[in-house]
Amino acid sequence: MATETLIWLIPLPPVLAFFLIVLFTNKNKALSHSVAIGAAFLSWLGSMIVFVRAIGVEHLGKQPFASSINWLPTGDTWLKIGVLIDPLSAAVLFFVAWTVLMIFIYSVGYHNYGQPAGDHDQAGLPPHGATAHGHTVPSIEPMYSRFFAFIGLFAFGMYTLVVSDNLLTLFVGWEIMGLCSYLLIGFWYGKPSARNAAVKAFMTTRIGDVFMLLGISFLYYATGTLTYREIFTEETLHVLSSVPSGVFGLSAAGLIAILLFIGTIGKSAQFPLHVWLPDAMEGPTPVSAMIHAATMVSAGVYAVIRMFPLLSAGWHEGAALTPAMTFVAFIGAFTAIFAATIAVAQNDIKRVLAYSTISQLGFMIAAIGMGAYVAAVFHLITHAFFKALLFLGSGSVIHGMEHGVLHTGNHKVDPQDMFNMGGLRKKMPVTFWTFLIGGFALSGFPLVTAGFWSKDEILADAFINGHLTIFITLAIAAFMTAFYTMRQITLTFLGEARTKEAEHAQENKWTMTAPLVVLSVFAIGYGWVGIPEHFPLLGGLAPNWFHEFVGGTLAELPPVLAFNWIPLLTSLVVALGGLSLGWYVYKDIKSPAEDKFQIPLLKNKYYFDEAYEYLFIKPLTWFSEVFVSKWMDKGIIDSILHIFGPATGGIGSTIRNYFDIPVVNQFFGDGSADVTYWIGKNLRPIQTGHIQQYLILSIVVLSVVGGLVYFFLLAA
Amino acid sequence: MNFPILSVITFLPFAAAIIMLMMPANRKTEVRGVALATAALDLLLAGWVYLQYLLGHLTGYQFIETYNWLPALGISLKFGVDGMSAPLVLLTGIVMFTGVLISWGDFDEERHLSAGIQDRPREFFAFLFLLAGGVFGVFVSLDLFMLFFFYEIAVFPMYLLISIWGWVKTREYAAMKLTLYLFIGSVVALVGALVMYWTQYQNTGILSFDMIQMESAGFSASFQYIWFLPVFLGFAVLGGIWPFHNWSPDGHVAAPTAVSMFHAGVLMKLGAFAALRVGIMLLPEGAKQWAWLIMIFAGVAVVYGAFIAFVQTDLKYMIGFSSVSHMGLVVLGVSTLNHDGLVGAGVQMFSHGVMTALFFAITGMIYDRSHTRQIPELGGMMKALPFAGFGFIIGGLVSMGMPGFSGFVAEFPIFMGVWGRQWLVAVIASISIIITATYIMIAIRRVFFGPMPEKLEGHISPITALDKIAIFTLCSCMVLIGIFPAVMVPMVETGVENILRLLGGA
Repeated sequence: MATETLIWLIPLPPVLAFFLIVLFTNKNKALSHSVAIGAAFLSWLGSMIVFVRAIGVEHLGKQPFASSINWLPTGDTWLKIGVLIDPLSAAVLFFVAWTVLMIFIYSVGYHNYGQPAGDHDQAGLPPHGATAHGHTVPSIEPMYSRFFAFIGLFAFGMYTLVVSDNLLTLFVGWEIMGLCSYLLIGFWYGKPSARNAAVKAFMTTRIGDVFMLLGISFLYYATGTLTYREIFTEETLHVLSSVPSGVFGLSAAGLIAILLFIGTIGKSAQFPLHVWLPDAMEGPTPVSAMIHAATMVSAGVYAVIRMFPLLSAGWHEGAALTPAMTFVAFIGAFTAIFAATIAVAQNDIKRVLAYSTISQLGFMIAAIGMGAYVAAVFHLITHAFFKALLFLGSGSVIHGMEHGVLHTGNHKVDPQDMFNMGGLRKKMPVTFWTFLIGGFALSGFPLVTAGFWSKDEILADAFINGHLTIFITLAIAAFMTAFYTMRQITLTFLGEARTKEAEHAQENKWTMTAPLVVLSVFAIGYGWVGIPEHFPLLGGLAPNWFHEFVGGTLAELPPVLAFNWIPLLTSLVVALGGLSLGWYVYKDIKSPAEDKFQIPLLKNKYYFDEAYEYLFIKPLTWFSEVFVSKWMDKGIIDSILHIFGPATGGIGSTIRNYFDIPVVNQFFGDGSADVTYWIGKNLRPIQTGHIQQYLILSIVVLSVVGGLVYFFLLAA
Repeated sequence: MNFPILSVITFLPFAAAIIMLMMPANRKTEVRGVALATAALDLLLAGWVYLQYLLGHLTGYQFIETYNWLPALGISLKFGVDGMSAPLVLLTGIVMFTGVLISWGDFDEERHLSAGIQDRPREFFAFLFLLAGGVFGVFVSLDLFMLFFFYEIAVFPMYLLISIWGWVKTREYAAMKLTLYLFIGSVVALVGALVMYWTQYQNTGILSFDMIQMESAGFSASFQYIWFLPVFLGFAVLGGIWPFHNWSPDGHVAAPTAVSMFHAGVLMKLGAFAALRVGIMLLPEGAKQWAWLIMIFAGVAVVYGAFIAFVQTDLKYMIGFSSVSHMGLVVLGVSTLNHDGLVGAGVQMFSHGVMTALFFAITGMIYDRSHTRQIPELGGMMKALPFAGFGFIIGGLVSMGMPGFSGFVAEFPIFMGVWGRQWLVAVIASISIIITATYIMIAIRRVFFGPMPEKLEGHISPITALDKIAIFTLCSCMVLIGIFPAVMVPMVETGVENILRLLGGA
């Protein structure tokens, strides 16, 4: 099959699976998950074929696989939609295909396939367990089929976004994912917290989307196209970067890039729109892994990487950053450290990971803001692998803990609170080792893990290009990352079990652990494709394939960085230091009371939720409820109408009382009646009924009239 | 002479109304059968016209029929459709068909269920069809006098339909408010139209109400400057333009379901369409002069309607104000006077019509079963009425402009067009996208996914097969246009090109 045709087909299987499950197979759980996983496998296969063909092409950046069709007519031309596989999308497609497939398989085990239906389970609530042979065992998710339908639709959105050759279909995929995110976070809609989290996620990302839509409108208005390869021509970029936009002294290119970037702020949960991501942990764990680690949040970073030529229009390597780039770098670096501080004080195993995701995405955003294009892509991919691994691992831990909870029957114990765990390494060895690998990759454990290579590259780029503030900020954030990761590993797996439930935790089935193993291979191995050329000892052993390949997406290959010891040493110190400190501080801690980092400010996430409530939500509600609805609409506009009513009545009664009754009625109406009456009354005496009188009267009248006629008419 | 398809489409509902009134009142099923058959036939004919126009790649006015009516005054019955009106004719057919379907309802004494129209269906359908015939007439009329004639026919039965079959609490107030607003608007517009008629006679010596003729009547710039606003705003009142919108949400709420569907789905389009056809196409210079004011009104309407919809607790009021907001987008697109904006406005008229009809249909189904429209008193409908739930969600996605649905195909060009005129308005109007998403999501969360209140438990009987056909018909239109915009956009473009030609290629 032609590669172009194949690319068109990649997103389709999951959406077909969605319709098949919704319309036909939703009663049959086995068939539903087979359809979904089969579809994910087909997409994976297609992606791998395309990927292999893509890396076989020399200069793929100059001659990408591309094809397009007409979609929306716009006057003389058409808005085209199409597919494009250039090095960037090939690299992204690779990790999306792997993580999506792994998450699909994992979901089978996570939702307790093969277990009996629960005793009191209801659609819309997590399963509560069933009684079988006198024991309480996990029960299957009541809406099992629906879950697979939703994640199928979600995968469709992500694949669409990646293979798009234009901003329009990118936006389509983007919005589909937003919708699925809403449906999946609120999957257990029986829980009020899940419903609220779903709406919050949707609304917050929607704010970003509106700016993105404005950016797209502006871009289309300025260039007449939305196709990447038509926008990223040298002339178009030159024109855009030299035309002032009239807003904040930005060039048109800068303003468009910032508007599009605000979309990313929402989608990738960057400061100040980060508030939705931690709450999104209300969804089932495979969802957290899929949406909030591997795919949707990565899509935000992908979009800003995609728009890099626009963002950096008028900038060249080594020059001072453009205002738009500075803005992006600032948001990224600030988010990186800001979220890391919050992660330190969280006790929920998934929330720690959620804040760490926000923080790591900040690293990527900061990298792209400094112009470290390849480093940003590299970290995006390695992060997707190890964060998906960590989320799935945490799901495995929670699932194991739930087993313990069912065993003891004490449902007050929160299976997600890390202080209820401890010592799980013995109970859940596969989960432990894979989680350890993921955690070390996240911390940037030197040389072995993928996270080290990608994070080191960002730090090196910041240092060598002289962005010292960013360098220091990110280094501190990296230190804290290692610290809270080790805190998490220590509290969860090391030491002894702190509760009965943890003692009875159990390792999960292969459908859950196998994906962990596969992902941990990538969490280590993927780093080796991008070892810098000038790295001591290891550099040069293998060519820095990643740099050559992904860098080829840009018009000019980014230069290879010179080697410098300072960032390398920094990486080593922050990773190893943070890990050791995390272990040292938490190895003997038994309860939250002993934890010195339970600072209220951090624990409450700097009170952002509360602040937004008072700054935006309440005033907005007041504005619509009181100002617009009550004062304007009911007050002014309706009162005007209601004045018409009484006014018309007033005019009416005035006319009636002062004209109609006295003049028309009494003068003309009654008056004429009165006159008629008077005449009648006065004529009545002549109506006597005597024939003789009438005759006399007739003769008198006749003679008078006859006389008059004679004298006046005939005689004249 | 070809088959006079447009006259048949227009007069068929009138004929059916008369036939129904002659049937015995207790033959309810037969009356409904006649209504459904007529509506189906009209939909087929409207669909045939649409497809002919689309697949034949036609441009300009087609299917023209002319019959002299009062030649001395230049009044004739002249029908024809172009790329702008053909989708609206189809829309009317769809709303009429689905409106009859959902009014059929379900009656069961044992379950205390009385859905749809059970009270005097004969008179109800007769009035509804008078309304439908009038609406068809406005969309196909090429004669200004006839346009007014049908316009008044369309407005008049609303009063009866609302005050007889409406919601007991507000129906009299709402019916009177609506009638007052609409008649005042149309009288103002009528004055403008008569002045145009007379001025044309003075300029050219031709005594004619033919609108194609009037396009070249040579109205002077100052004449257009004076008369554009009365004519445009007079019609736009029916389009729910701010600040003359208040009749519309009250009317929606008080009206019975099928009438709400007609009212929001089609009748409001009538106003926007007539404002476009008479105001902008006949007075293009005036339109250019006043576009800024129309843009401000529309921009305010978009945000204002969304804000009010956001705080409504009554489902129908929420949809009513959301209509104000969405119709604001139509007028906003019109006010750009450029290609993108007008195309978006044309598609939005269709898209919004189908979407609101769907919303009102489902709200009606819920109300008939739960006897409340208060969002906080509802819940759990997803489990009880899953088909309606999915329909409402699709409608919600259209409403918030989600790509892949018709709302996006309509709103995206509107925003591009507005950005081309005045970016600040685009930015302000875009606030509505966020607010719309909020209230739609909150309503869906509460009504469909929230816990079902105890007193509703066991009272929500499933919807009928006819209801499902109606929901399916409406949803498939929105999805089809969303995925393949080429089924509508090129057609609307031919209409827009004609408007742009009149505007002098601006």
